[in-house]
Amino acid sequence: MIAGEQYSGGKLEWGDMNYRLRYGLCVLILSSLPSLAPAAPTPQASKTDEDILITVGDTGRRGGRLLASLHSDPKTLNPVTAVDFPSKQVIGLLFADLIHIDAYTQRTEPALAKSWKASASGRHYTLELRHGVRFSDGHPFDADDVVFSFKVYQDEKLHSPQRDLLEVAGKPIQVRKTGPYQVDFDLPQPYAAAERLFDSVRILPRHLLERAYAEGKISQVWATTSDPSQIAGLGPFRLKQCVPGQQIVLERNPFYWKADPSGIRLPYLDEIGFLIVPTEDAEVIRFQAGDVDLISRIGADNYATLEQAQRARDYQLYDAGPGLEYNFLFFNLNDLSSKQLPDIARKQEWFRRVEFRQAVSAAIDRDSIVRLVYRGRATPLWDQVTPGNKLWINAAIPQPARSLARAADLLRTAGFTRRGDGVLVDGRGQPVEFSILTNPSNAQRTKIATIVQDDLAQLGMQVHIVPLEFQAVMARIFGSYDYETSVLGLVGGDADPNPEINVWTSGGATHVWALSETHPVPEWQTEIDRLMQAQTAMLDYPKRKQAYDRVQELVAQFDPVICLVSPHVLVAAKNTVGGFKPAVMGDYLLWNADQLFRTDIAGRR
Amino acid sequence: MIQNPKLWLSAVALALIHLVVIGAGLFAPYDPTEQNRDLSMAPPMRIHFFDSRGRFHFRPFVCPWVAEAERAIPSGYVEDCNKASPLRLLVRRVTMRDGNTLKASWHLFGVDAPAQIFLMGTDDYGRDLFSRLLYGGQTSLGAGLLAAGLSLSLGLLLGCVAGYFGAWADDVIMRGAELFMALPWIYLLFAVRAFLPLHLGTRQAFILLISVIGLTGWARPARIIRGVVLSARQRGYVLAARGFGASSVSIIRRHILPEVSSVALTQAALLVPQYILAEVTFSFLGLGVGEPEPSWGNMLASLQTYSVLEGHWWMFASGIALVPIFLLFYSFADSLQGRLQLLDLSR
Repeated sequence: MIAGEQYSGGKLEWGDMNYRLRYGLCVLILSSLPSLAPAAPTPQASKTDEDILITVGDTGRRGGRLLASLHSDPKTLNPVTAVDFPSKQVIGLLFADLIHIDAYTQRTEPALAKSWKASASGRHYTLELRHGVRFSDGHPFDADDVVFSFKVYQDEKLHSPQRDLLEVAGKPIQVRKTGPYQVDFDLPQPYAAAERLFDSVRILPRHLLERAYAEGKISQVWATTSDPSQIAGLGPFRLKQCVPGQQIVLERNPFYWKADPSGIRLPYLDEIGFLIVPTEDAEVIRFQAGDVDLISRIGADNYATLEQAQRARDYQLYDAGPGLEYNFLFFNLNDLSSKQLPDIARKQEWFRRVEFRQAVSAAIDRDSIVRLVYRGRATPLWDQVTPGNKLWINAAIPQPARSLARAADLLRTAGFTRRGDGVLVDGRGQPVEFSILTNPSNAQRTKIATIVQDDLAQLGMQVHIVPLEFQAVMARIFGSYDYETSVLGLVGGDADPNPEINVWTSGGATHVWALSETHPVPEWQTEIDRLMQAQTAMLDYPKRKQAYDRVQELVAQFDPVICLVSPHVLVAAKNTVGGFKPAVMGDYLLWNADQLFRTDIAGRR
Repeated sequence: MIQNPKLWLSAVALALIHLVVIGAGLFAPYDPTEQNRDLSMAPPMRIHFFDSRGRFHFRPFVCPWVAEAERAIPSGYVEDCNKASPLRLLVRRVTMRDGNTLKASWHLFGVDAPAQIFLMGTDDYGRDLFSRLLYGGQTSLGAGLLAAGLSLSLGLLLGCVAGYFGAWADDVIMRGAELFMALPWIYLLFAVRAFLPLHLGTRQAFILLISVIGLTGWARPARIIRGVVLSARQRGYVLAARGFGASSVSIIRRHILPEVSSVALTQAALLVPQYILAEVTFSFLGLGVGEPEPSWGNMLASLQTYSVLEGHWWMFASGIALVPIFLLFYSFADSLQGRLQLLDLSR
């Protein structure tokens, strides 16, 4: 599904025609094959009354087990309350959503909803659900489960992290059952790419949770110690065993609603296990020792270590290219009038000068950051959208090479001069001296700060690195505003501009450099605010793209933050892992866990 | 002293090490903060006496490292002996900016620019590890000596007061000492750091480190010195001096302090390595002297990553340097104690 074509054609009947064609063909093929459509309703075989989704691509082999790792135990297996990464990773394999964002193509694709339609106004959506789908305990799935799930996620008493996503313009999305397999969604106002909202809203089994919800106990259910038979989802796997601090084992969901082109019901694997390995270094050692089959989120240093030993070992390394993470240096531009921070307020006079920020940007050697910090496994950035974001990158953003001469010119324009001893001073003769706040636990950001320190010293700026514990850094950035500059990294949500609103608009919860904006707001910031808000209601992709392109231009031109690099997504897997297709968003490795298989087994149907 | 070669040898060795560290400006070939971004993590250079044809050269030479393969980031380096540079003594280095000389300095050894010599290899940013080791020693060894001086002075003062005057002064000081002994240094440093301005210069960070280590470390020497003073004040000559009307200050200065000097000196030799280690620990954790200034602790910080630990053995340099220094200090303390006991016996 190409979003651009869809929007530009003005077609508002959404859904993937390719998928539907494929689906139609597959039903035809399946129904003509007696061996695949037996009369007896066994979960292992496809049935003609089941809306099976047929995947594309290579076919794999059934059976076998894969071992991955998690840095800590999941806090819960309850999708309503899960916020930590390990929980979300495991939950992603146990549950399914209505419409899914394909991590590889970054586009939406049908999941439990086989198709969907939007009204001409863009405010009403009708989703057609798959027939004959069953939860992992064998119970049938229908529209009641969808209505129940949304009711739970939107319940303000539960504080579910999905609740914010299911609000448009501050009002909740209305959900109505219009048939046993049809659900209507009413949005308070048109919302661009509304179908992306359904991604990661995991459908819950009403038959298991309705009672707990009625009793107000739903947030307490499905701890990692719960009886696996009491947990049921629509994902490719179901819980088999959880040993806190050691491992989690998931087994194949025999009722899963996908099959491969040859008719084998997915997932291929019998089991996926997660070992609890607390650090990346330990993870790499266990991978080298052959204890785990795949690892994701490898740092560039460890990637280089694995690369050196690769020839002698039976694994493959993958550099999937820049992800959606962007690292940036930012100045404290908060309104400090109510704070007792006169020294920082004085330095803000420099930070607020566009030429000053541009000079800093021009002086930073991004290529060195890429080479020295990421060993070449990163991409330099001049705005917030990384090359990993295929749909939204503005290729026209200039990427000027490092130039100390241009930086010096900009500083001269802004009234800065260099003293005889080389120190840069402002118009009042005050030396330009400031600090960069980092947390030593993140070695890469500390290294970035060290390179920036040396680069800016060549302009005569005296830069100090202040290492503080991560929580203390966050407390200063989000609470006391007692800092001068810092280096942070953000991940661009689901690759769509909508989740970025919080970062780029004034008053956004992650508008980190100016959580409390001074007034009057600069013109370019006002324009960003207007464009970001406007694009949320544009249903036409080219128009949205145009608006977001302009936001990127403004960010690159006025440098509210100085974008530096986007680290590459680096993963590794043993040669015996088949169907391996690392993506740059979501779960880099296990996003297609249902299609992973072992190449070293004979396989069975 | 000659009668005790162990004492003599360790004292001379320690003096030499400190001399080299103090004279880092001369002994180190480069500025410790100077980056060579094309030579990140280069291994130590070999000093050659024989060229590729096997001919011997009286003047040793080094071959520069070049990237192993044409890649964005080299996975390794190889020697290019076609561009060998002879080692020279007393080399003058000039740092230029905008065509003007910014800094000129003499170095004991080096090679002619643009060639470079990295005796101990380079770190992540291509900084010369040998130069950083020497300059880092100024911070780490200096912090050890100064903090030991501070805590020993305090220990001496409070130990003498507690031991000599006894009564409530003894109670207050000794309970205070127990409190300080129970204080966890690292958390104290965290707490103190939280109250201080956001960024501290290298000098302030250094002073802060010494203060925290020195001010919290007085308790142990104070307790030992108090014990010695308690015994000394009962001695006949002290009682006699008191009988003749000598003031307490005079008695402590003339009769008690000489008594405790041997203990104090041994304590010093034991405290210095302990405090060097404290500084290294703080800087290793990012609480001490910050980048780009070197300290043996922050130089070791990169070893927290598996890849450095596994593939870049030369990054252990500052950790390895601690071993002989600690052994020398302990050997010195041991010999000193032995000698002072002999002196006591002969009195």
